[in-house]
Amino acid sequence: MALIHIKDVVKTYDMGAELVHALSGVSLDIEENEYVAIMGPSGSGKSTLMNVVGCLDTPTSGLYEFGGQNVGELDDNELAEIRNRKIGFVFQTFNLLPRSTALHNVELPLIYAGISASARREKAEEALVSVGLADRMTHKPNELSGGQRQRVAVARALVNNPSIILADEPTGNLDSKTGIEIMQLLVDLHQKGNTIILVTHEEDIAAHAHRVIRLFDGKVASDEVIENPITYAERT
Amino acid sequence: MQIGESIATAWHMLRGNKLRSFLTLLSIAIGVFSIISVMTSLGVLQNSIEGGLSALGANTFQVQKYPNNQGGGPGWRMRMRNRRDLTYAQGLAVLERTRGARHIGLESWKFGMEVRWKNMVTDPNIAVAGETPGGLPTNQWEIDRGRPIMQSDLDLTRKVVVLGYDLARILFPPSYNPVGETVVLAGVRYRVIGTLKSQGGLFGNQDRYFIIPITTFFERFGKNRSIHIMVQAASRENFADVQDNVIGILRAVRDVPPGEENDFAIFSNDSVIRQFNETTSMVRIGTVAIAGVALLAAGIGIMNIMLVSVTERTREIGVRKAVGATRGSIVSQFLSEAVVISLLGGLIGIALGLIAGNALAVALDIAPVIELGWIIGGISACCFIGVAFGTYPAWKASNLDPIDALRYE
Ligand SMILES: Nc1ncnc2c1ncn2[C@@H]1O[C@H](COP(=O)(O)OP(=O)(O)OP(=O)(O)O)[C@@H](O)[C@H]1O
Ligand SMILES: [Mg+2]
Repeated sequence: MALIHIKDVVKTYDMGAELVHALSGVSLDIEENEYVAIMGPSGSGKSTLMNVVGCLDTPTSGLYEFGGQNVGELDDNELAEIRNRKIGFVFQTFNLLPRSTALHNVELPLIYAGISASARREKAEEALVSVGLADRMTHKPNELSGGQRQRVAVARALVNNPSIILADEPTGNLDSKTGIEIMQLLVDLHQKGNTIILVTHEEDIAAHAHRVIRLFDGKVASDEVIENPITYAERT
Repeated sequence: MQIGESIATAWHMLRGNKLRSFLTLLSIAIGVFSIISVMTSLGVLQNSIEGGLSALGANTFQVQKYPNNQGGGPGWRMRMRNRRDLTYAQGLAVLERTRGARHIGLESWKFGMEVRWKNMVTDPNIAVAGETPGGLPTNQWEIDRGRPIMQSDLDLTRKVVVLGYDLARILFPPSYNPVGETVVLAGVRYRVIGTLKSQGGLFGNQDRYFIIPITTFFERFGKNRSIHIMVQAASRENFADVQDNVIGILRAVRDVPPGEENDFAIFSNDSVIRQFNETTSMVRIGTVAIAGVALLAAGIGIMNIMLVSVTERTREIGVRKAVGATRGSIVSQFLSEAVVISLLGGLIGIALGLIAGNALAVALDIAPVIELGWIIGGISACCFIGVAFGTYPAWKASNLDPIDALRYE
């Protein structure tokens, strides 16, 4: 059984004058420990799809099953729990709490998981160390560089040990060198057994993935498996 | 589990908007301050009345012709005018027949007199008290030098006097022992047999007493006057019994028919305090009403800053929801922020109210008062306000759609 099962998912925005079809019938299955890149031109529905997969947004119609559960039938608290424990989301715009330290930002999912303060601190520190920010824990987002902020976001996404990491253009705002650093983190996570879904515009970033899904006008245009994905080690 | 988180975010919010926070805290603090300061001052006043204002000591009550306070009701004035005097003979009956009393004093007063010693003359503001021996302890008058009034002074109608502390200070040089001197009151010479210790008290110089045997007093100023009877019960336990005993004796000697009201007045410290509480209850009610309005306004202020805060922090709410915050945890976060703010304001109000209320205690030189009941009430009111006025903003925050909130610019 697929970890993610999406069937005929439609997302329509009613703009009054016209209907915007962000997704017009998307179907796909993603297995555990896959590394999938989603590509496509701007406005093709990539972010919309990621939000649906991340249980942040609900489709207008169609079926979405996560780990065998029909997400459309879950109530608010069950959705919150999936977002908290199963999914780690890395946003294109970081979405960190501006007035909180890196440490506190990373602790946030653990707070809502009900983990004790000391265990929470330990795990958050561990996650920040793993993204190479051991010396930036008490910095606030505006005291960090863009790449460091994105690494905090990655640390937050992985701190609760979710089964799936969703990254929506995690390198979009970064120069290529810091972009590569972030990609290394994702490759490492994949090697540890996580499922990774990554949105990107850049072919060489997508080349890290094992599978590339291309969207066009809210539909899946192609879905191909890459035989020899680039690993971080090869690039350096 | 998320209380620490909520307090931290509340603190961030307060610091982030200093002026807005200040105004909100101020409005809460004013409401709580007014309650605490007024209630504390009333508590201080009550203590000072218990402690010093009333001359009556512990377990002591006083009987006199008229009540202390002005009464009311139909025919009150008329009933009072027709009252018979409380006579010395009736007082003596009480003195002889009452059981269980430690001291019983009979006294009669004349105010506004002049006293002279050699060339020294006082202002005409001296209070002359004719007393029986029991009148000194029941008035809590303690002898400083010399001796008190004794039964033999009464029996022999001696012209002897015990001087109040302030009167002795006015007439005689400092550290001069007046015992044995002769002073003149209304053209009659009295030998000083003793002086009293200072009593102090709320209104300062109140010890200008000229205390003489009650028989001498009657001889000088006439016998047809109403007296006071002062009774100190042996203990708190038999206070009520002694009071009933005295009432029974007086009704008998004054021929009050059964079923009719007493035609004399009785009061004690308890009744003085009860009377104080009655007269101040309007102040209390008024204060609570005004503070209630202030706190209502403060609550609306809290709701306002919470609503602004929810709007300003829409993205933050989106982030929290995206990483797994449930509706419940968002509600409890914003509710506890509202409660933290109102509690903080309340604590400031309580602190300032205690200081302001106890300024009176400092002025009166008595122990400060902490009105625990009102403090707990104030804290509860603040919690209630935080919850009552924080609920709608918190509900609004929790209802935000995560993706809309994240997109909010
Ligand atoms: N909240 C919204 N209201 C109306 N239309 C929307 C909304 N969100 C997205 N859309 C529309 O849906 C379509 C898909 O948007 P989406 O954000 O998924 O694109 P994308 O593939 O992520 O693009 P990009 O690469 O630029 O991020 C776009 O045409 C967009 O205008
Ligand atoms: Mg996008």
